[in-house]
Amino acid sequence: MADIALRTVTKHFRSVTAIDGLTLDIADGELTVLVGPTGAGKTTALRIVAGLEKPDQGEVWIDGHNAADLEPAARDVTFVFQQYSLYPHLSVFDNLAFPLRSPARRVSEPEIRKRVEEVASLLRIAHKLANKSTQLSGGEMQRVAIGRALVRKPSVYLMDEPLSSLDAKLRGDLRVELKRIQQDLGATILYVTHDQIEAMTMANRIGVIDKGRLIQVGSPRQIYEDPVTLYVAQRFGQPQINVLPAGLLPNGALPVGAVTVGARTEHLDLRKDGGGEAVVEWVEHLGDQNHLHVRLGAHRITTLTPPDTPFKSGDRVAVGLTKPLYFDAQGLRVRSA
Amino acid sequence: MSQALTTAHSVVAPSPLSKRIAGAIVILYALVSMIPLAWILMTGFKTPPDSIAYPPKIVFAPSLEGYCNLFTTRTRQTQEYIQSLGPPQTICDEITRKRDMVIAGPSNYVPRFWNSLVIAFGSTFFAVSLGVLSAYAFSRFRIPLADDLLFFILSTRMMPPIAVAIPIYLMYRKLGLSDTALGMILLYTAVNVSLAVWLLKGFIDEIPREYEEAAMIDGYTRLHAFFKVVLPQAATGIAATAIFCLIFAWNEYAFAVLLTSGEAQTAPPFIPTIIGEGGMDWPAVGAGTTLFLVPLLVFTVLLRKHLLRGITFGAVRK
Repeated sequence: MADIALRTVTKHFRSVTAIDGLTLDIADGELTVLVGPTGAGKTTALRIVAGLEKPDQGEVWIDGHNAADLEPAARDVTFVFQQYSLYPHLSVFDNLAFPLRSPARRVSEPEIRKRVEEVASLLRIAHKLANKSTQLSGGEMQRVAIGRALVRKPSVYLMDEPLSSLDAKLRGDLRVELKRIQQDLGATILYVTHDQIEAMTMANRIGVIDKGRLIQVGSPRQIYEDPVTLYVAQRFGQPQINVLPAGLLPNGALPVGAVTVGARTEHLDLRKDGGGEAVVEWVEHLGDQNHLHVRLGAHRITTLTPPDTPFKSGDRVAVGLTKPLYFDAQGLRVRSA
Repeated sequence: MSQALTTAHSVVAPSPLSKRIAGAIVILYALVSMIPLAWILMTGFKTPPDSIAYPPKIVFAPSLEGYCNLFTTRTRQTQEYIQSLGPPQTICDEITRKRDMVIAGPSNYVPRFWNSLVIAFGSTFFAVSLGVLSAYAFSRFRIPLADDLLFFILSTRMMPPIAVAIPIYLMYRKLGLSDTALGMILLYTAVNVSLAVWLLKGFIDEIPREYEEAAMIDGYTRLHAFFKVVLPQAATGIAATAIFCLIFAWNEYAFAVLLTSGEAQTAPPFIPTIIGEGGMDWPAVGAGTTLFLVPLLVFTVLLRKHLLRGITFGAVRK
């Protein structure tokens, strides 16, 4: 296992800046998730660590070594791609054995068989080893792809949205499995996703990236509770954080410069009140919980209530806010003095 | 995973009647196309008088005379001389003696056929090898002026190759490449390589880079990844390209007439020169042509699997 350090890494593709001064430390045995929208530069960051792209500026350190002149093969990393992951002309066994049969490693065939079978049973695909890789379901394919990364026991695992092409149930299952495997192996993983649930549940630390810039790094809790920008606040939380004019809800003195306030659903305090300013517009029943859509003047607020909610559409309610997050005109966090 | 199957062709299932009509058209077309082939095949088994009979004979007594004449040279002898020989050793002896001739030796057909094999397969091998390497380079690397280079490669096919026959003839004479197998291999490779580059580039473009990248991260060099990952997946394209190149090199006539006359002569210029007594020996020509078709047929049948299989993108989810 190893640690990774990115130092002011910058990468341009023609006129587009894919990554802009990215500095990030990933500790040994830590699962770091890079979250961001499509085109934010997450995948480019992974590819730079893997050595598939050369940074225009900045350095990549893997296990204390500057990786600038190292070929991908020499970096002892592994990469799980979002798709195109299996060789269609090889069987599942040969796909899993492929990294071990590389000329750079001299692993004996019995040893290969042992390790492939080990990984296959870990990922519950042992019964599929003889199949052609084209005869697998989507979930099995992705597990083989992850398995190909695991057989090698590299120092760093790089994963580029490995679960994004799966359906919701499989994604949930594999998410838990992957986290379990990571903890068992103590693996250092840099994981890229645009799925906030994957980020929140799997990460030791989350890096939020947008337009090539790293906006905030921290534990999932820090990122969620203490976002440094409105953008970060909006990326996490379901339903999304409510963004309102700063003074709309009474909550003590406003910090200087505060223009908007972010109100997370769990920090909203709704009471039935005939004289309240807000009106419940409609209630969305999701089964395990309800989304409550409330109109307050010209603004809409969405919040959560338990399934046995007393609210119904047309109710007048009073809205209170316990933990306001204030942001200035640029969307930067403003803290109370 | 519930993925809708999408097909490239019409969504409406063809009706049994339209299937039958389509089938009939295909069969009719195939039959019409086969007429010249059948004619050649039949001519090969006719006797010389039957082969020039008018109206042409559809039903005739088959004879191996054409095949005997193809492989042998013969001399006319007196009856007395022929009768002084022992009993005929082979069926060809017998057929030849009926025409008052004896077999003098083997004809040049086998060496010419061998030349064709060496030159066509050799040039196909080189054209496809060079083509797949340069197609890979054009597909994967940022090459300065790549578009211009590709256009230049294509432009070598924009005029009929025979337009440069005279310069090539003079050049080959100076270089000592006239009438050599090497010269013909070089020439056919040069003509075919542009086709190979363009065809193969299309196939290699279709292979996702991620395959090689994964292999390179897994400890393979680019060259290893190329052989282990790219080539197997380009097999379909390579097979198709090889067949095209082989057909050209195998059938090429004009350059072969001009540049080969002896040692390195290929079968196409040789076959029409088979002359018997009193004009063309059509049965021998028919026999030579029939046998000449066999290697291409075998090659195509062997690669049929690759041609039909299509590109296996089954392991890729889009």
